Amino acid sequence: MKKLLIALITTTAAMSLAVTAEAADKFKACWVYTGPIGDFGYSYQHDQGRLEVEKALGDKVETAYLENVAEGPDADRAFERLAREGCKLIFGTSFGFMDPEVKVAKKFPKVMFEHATGYKTGDNLGIYNARFYEGRYVLGQIAAKESKAGVAGYIVSFPIPEVVMGINSFMLGAQSINPNFKAKIVWVNSWFDPGKEADAAKALFDQGADIIVQHTDSTAALQVAEERGLHGFGQSSDMIKFAPKAQLTSLTDDWGPYYISRVQAALDGTWKPGNVWLGIKDGAVKLAPFTNMPDDVKAMAEATAKKIADGWNPFTGPIAKQDGTPWLKDGEVADDGTLLGMNFYVKGVDDKLPQ
Amino acid sequence: MDITVNILLTIATAATPLLIAAIGELVVERSGVLNLGVEGMMIMGAVGGFGAGYLTGSPWIGLLAAVAMGAVFSLLFAVMTLSLATNQVATGLSLTLLGLGLSGMMGTGFVGQPGERLPNLDIPGLTSIPVVGRLLFGQDPIFYISIALTAAVMWFLFKTRTGLTLRSIGDSHTSAHALGIKVIRYRYLSVIFGGACAGLAGGHLSLVYTPQWVENMTAGRGWIALALVVFASWRPWRVLAGAYIFGAVWIGQLHAQAFGIPVPSQLLSSLPYLATVVVLVLISRNKRLTMMNTPASLGQPFVPDR
Repeated sequence: MKKLLIALITTTAAMSLAVTAEAADKFKACWVYTGPIGDFGYSYQHDQGRLEVEKALGDKVETAYLENVAEGPDADRAFERLAREGCKLIFGTSFGFMDPEVKVAKKFPKVMFEHATGYKTGDNLGIYNARFYEGRYVLGQIAAKESKAGVAGYIVSFPIPEVVMGINSFMLGAQSINPNFKAKIVWVNSWFDPGKEADAAKALFDQGADIIVQHTDSTAALQVAEERGLHGFGQSSDMIKFAPKAQLTSLTDDWGPYYISRVQAALDGTWKPGNVWLGIKDGAVKLAPFTNMPDDVKAMAEATAKKIADGWNPFTGPIAKQDGTPWLKDGEVADDGTLLGMNFYVKGVDDKLPQ
Repeated sequence: MDITVNILLTIATAATPLLIAAIGELVVERSGVLNLGVEGMMIMGAVGGFGAGYLTGSPWIGLLAAVAMGAVFSLLFAVMTLSLATNQVATGLSLTLLGLGLSGMMGTGFVGQPGERLPNLDIPGLTSIPVVGRLLFGQDPIFYISIALTAAVMWFLFKTRTGLTLRSIGDSHTSAHALGIKVIRYRYLSVIFGGACAGLAGGHLSLVYTPQWVENMTAGRGWIALALVVFASWRPWRVLAGAYIFGAVWIGQLHAQAFGIPVPSQLLSSLPYLATVVVLVLISRNKRLTMMNTPASLGQPFVPDR
């Protein structure tokens, strides 16, 4: 057992550093990713944003990143290391970096910090997020139109507000089309394990779902859909190449414009800790081209996406909680605080939320 | 009936890479060498297999490349630990870290590219037999290799003279050396065999399980394979059973969740690991049996006197 213990400790401690340029006087912006940049998913998209910064601001900035940083207390060291190495602006891109980043931000008051998808801020710590739930509402509507069984399989990672919000929004969308629509939910307790995601997709299809939705990062589930001749949605990146016949659309992230504006602000000396939540209208949440569906469904999806871009919120009442108690009155819109801390299902979700 | 067959097929797919990597490591450990680099050799096999398949368009070439990649990578470990007598634990761990990093670098150009998939077996007349057809005659080629490999290793270790020699080296390399057995040569070949197996297991991931390349796609399967060897107390058929139990518990919990059984998903997800711990505890209760099965010179460096 000793060898296993050593092995575990070493793997969790393993992270790789990549520094792309060396120059002392340049402004240094740094990123911390929880996955590998080669995941072709969430971390990959953040890194594309970093590359856009390099392209747009050219030789005025140098960038660096740490990938494969485990969420939780272990992330302290990653942020501290970057701060010590002269990073002036540090982006932590995953929910689980929240507390470590808060801690390190207090230690380095002159360094600017930004944290994605969390809710804690500080004098030198801003937060930013994308309203992925906006896109998930559209996915729900498409799923309800395209599913013959009326059952979707939903592969999820961890019960954090971001994910719960996504499930709720998806179901609200689906049930706006088909009130009897059901989703079978499977938690794989990992953001990234292609094998597990494929296994979960197979299990869900075997149990009668005919559309797959995921809140995990790899293309594995869509590939299973392709093999079985069924449909699904991509996540983070456009995954059409992996599933040309199966992908209906993909919920993609585009962080580039935001990162460019923040680094520019820092260069100009106008950076202030912000609290922004970007959506479809800002171009941070995008839906890949609608494919493998009839024209009327496509038209509906486009219309819904436009309605949301024009300011309509999928969490507009009347909405009841899962147990039937009223949550939002008719016409009432959920406030951002409630959404960011969402820890309950809305009516119609057929699953028990892990606590 | 269909769902049962599908579940069994999914279990087989999940168990195959674990089985292959563990069988390879079993031979290595039986020869008295502890190679903790399984995860690293596996991921190198995955990137090599994917890359060769992607570049040539043939998943079969990919399969060969995966095996070759694992074997070549393990050679590094062999040279370090056997010829230079470095610490096996440290060298094995660094092999894993090196493999994870190197594969990520090599695979940069493959990210986001759909790869080649090894076709499933399809024998006209046999594969279409209801229920058993797909189970026996309709799986991916690596599944059959894994079963054949287990049988072959079982036969080799316990029915052949060379296998006996190999086991004797694992139990006492000094005695074996005194008898004139070429300890280092046997160990080199064992380590390379283990590497080839780990590479093949990696190839299964990137050519069958999920035909794509992404960094870290082995996601800890190499470590599970290592645990399986201990779990099986260095017996090939127990490795087979262990891999399938592990796969069955894992797939079973996914189905339980999809079915809506109200058990916390975190508990269900940890079931395969809990099962491993329980079995390990049960096995170690019998000290004599454990001692008997553990290769006595496991992990000890051997430097022949000249």
